[in-house]
Amino acid sequence: MTAQPGIGRFGDFGGRYVPEALIPALEQLDEVRRKALVDPEFVGELDRLHRTYTGRPSIITEVPRFAEHCGGARVILKREDLNHTGSHKINNVLGQALLTKRMGKSRVIAETGAGQHGVATATAAALLGLECVVYMGKVDTERQALNVARMRLLGAEVVAVTNGSQTLKDAVNEALRDWVANVEDTHYVLGTVTGPHPFPEMVRDFHRIIGVEARAQVLDLVGRLPDAVIACVGGGSNAMGIFHRFLDDTSVRLVGVEAGGDGVESGRHAARFSGGSRGVLHGAATYVLQNDDGQTIESHSVSAGLDYPSVGPEHAHLFESGRAEYRSATDDEAMEAFRLLSRTEGILPAIESAHALAGAMVLGRELGPDAVLLVSLSGRGDKDVHTAARWFGLLDDEDGMP
Amino acid sequence: MTSAPAPDQTLGSQILARCRQDGRAALIGYLPVGYPSVRESIAAMEALIEGGIDIVEVGVPYSDPLMDGPLIQRATELALDQGCQVDDVFTAMRAVADSGSTAYVMTYWNLVLRRGVDRFAADLATAGGSGLITPDLIPDEAAEWITASDRHGLDRVFLVAPSSTRERLAVATAACRGFVYAASTMGVTGTRDSVGSAAAQVVERAREVTDLPLCVGLGVSTRAQAAEVAGYADGVIVGSALVRALGEGGPAAVRTLTRELAAGVREGSR
Repeated sequence: MTAQPGIGRFGDFGGRYVPEALIPALEQLDEVRRKALVDPEFVGELDRLHRTYTGRPSIITEVPRFAEHCGGARVILKREDLNHTGSHKINNVLGQALLTKRMGKSRVIAETGAGQHGVATATAAALLGLECVVYMGKVDTERQALNVARMRLLGAEVVAVTNGSQTLKDAVNEALRDWVANVEDTHYVLGTVTGPHPFPEMVRDFHRIIGVEARAQVLDLVGRLPDAVIACVGGGSNAMGIFHRFLDDTSVRLVGVEAGGDGVESGRHAARFSGGSRGVLHGAATYVLQNDDGQTIESHSVSAGLDYPSVGPEHAHLFESGRAEYRSATDDEAMEAFRLLSRTEGILPAIESAHALAGAMVLGRELGPDAVLLVSLSGRGDKDVHTAARWFGLLDDEDGMP
Repeated sequence: MTSAPAPDQTLGSQILARCRQDGRAALIGYLPVGYPSVRESIAAMEALIEGGIDIVEVGVPYSDPLMDGPLIQRATELALDQGCQVDDVFTAMRAVADSGSTAYVMTYWNLVLRRGVDRFAADLATAGGSGLITPDLIPDEAAEWITASDRHGLDRVFLVAPSSTRERLAVATAACRGFVYAASTMGVTGTRDSVGSAAAQVVERAREVTDLPLCVGLGVSTRAQAAEVAGYADGVIVGSALVRALGEGGPAAVRTLTRELAAGVREGSR
């Protein structure tokens, strides 16, 4: 393939800001995934795994008792939390694992924050017989010890990353270092819609099924399109997945909810669109939390999955073009939404997804009872029981928790 | 990727040409500004020059150095913790120029982008620098830098790697000015027991598409390795070993190691 300026761009964003050593692998990946997406054998195999392994299509659930706290608007959840491994992450991972086999590679690596993407990658690796190494910041391995054990049970090696801030961004750095050194037999299963081209586009395409299913399901249930589609945005893969099918439906507002942490004004947050600026991180031109010199500023959030200083480049484009709007929910607001959904509907959301629910509570009040809101419930809260129990003071004996 | 030739050669290019005339490889030494402090890092760069370095490569500490191994990561993290700023790199460039040599800046791209590409280039030229080495910028994304480097008469050094196809070698070397940075191995910075055969192969393949000097970096740390690489390359780039020497023995140790390496490149002359 010929190198051409502007490859993999969403407006001004995206591109390939990576060492030259990785370019052949990125070009191979781009070529293989383009062919695969129009190859009936690949599409059929992925579809079979969706139906027989992941449990797709995921259902939608209308949540009227929760909706009472959303200005009375109708609230419909897209239940990605019911997927095998507990989140939307499996959609992308199965696709990339199949591509790994097609490229004749035998080893996959991945970064993970909360552990959801690492667990999904370890799962796909076990299913397809691939060697798997997951990089995870040391801080995260400590706060998500159960997910570390889960990955090891699935046969993956988990490497605790001890440099930098010892969190997700440093896990990405370490995965990229591994990839440069082992690119010949290794595929990097990047877990979100960022990184160098073709990752943002490819990961979005593997998650696009979320919006395709949800749009038809909502039409079937309500008889019309929703007024808004709401999703949390860390890197932004579940959001791009549910947004994409609605891009041409101009009556539908697309609302991304970032992690507001202690509040954007506190400086301790992961709200890239209100607290960040244009920059390059991890291979993509996008919005970044950075200081005046261009050094990355560490993000903060109660949700490990949203605790990332950069965001997918297509979101940066949707933000600047105005097609999507981005808000933030603080830790307090997200945890209140977590509590409410649990108590009113019997569904424990992932803390990441609780940010989208918090966004729905605000937007529902703005739009009133005639509105229909579609919310991406991207993951389940089982992994967050410890964090939530501590947050709400429900533990009798702190040391008694596993 | 065509561009107007610079009005004059940079000092770095002149030094590389002189080494070529002398029938030997140039010795290029990397140190990050700010490690262990800005003042001591500049003293160490002066020690490089006293030890016989031909060209200095000044690294800018960055929060996410994905092409660096543990040794340089730790050094640059320490520099950032102590408040090292991008401005300090220009102080270091000026000091190197005042010592009669010249420096290239090795920087991750976001730091240049944030300052403004043209402003960064202008500041670099003013401080007597010869150009930029950009490990995470490929020519395909470099339009703004190519324009700025032309305007300010600076060299632009892109990387090639053992994985580079013939087509990518052509793209990367055509965009370079000054020299080409040939990564000796698939991997990040750090000392290694051997340089490996991939380095000689990538140099050989790059020679088919460019006349520019080809300088080999990653994993070169000893006199013997410098001599070996000098046997086929136009320049030998040493980084982690110098950073380690600085950490263990200060500028004096840097000077001693540089003398060894300088002897090495002369032993390996082609």
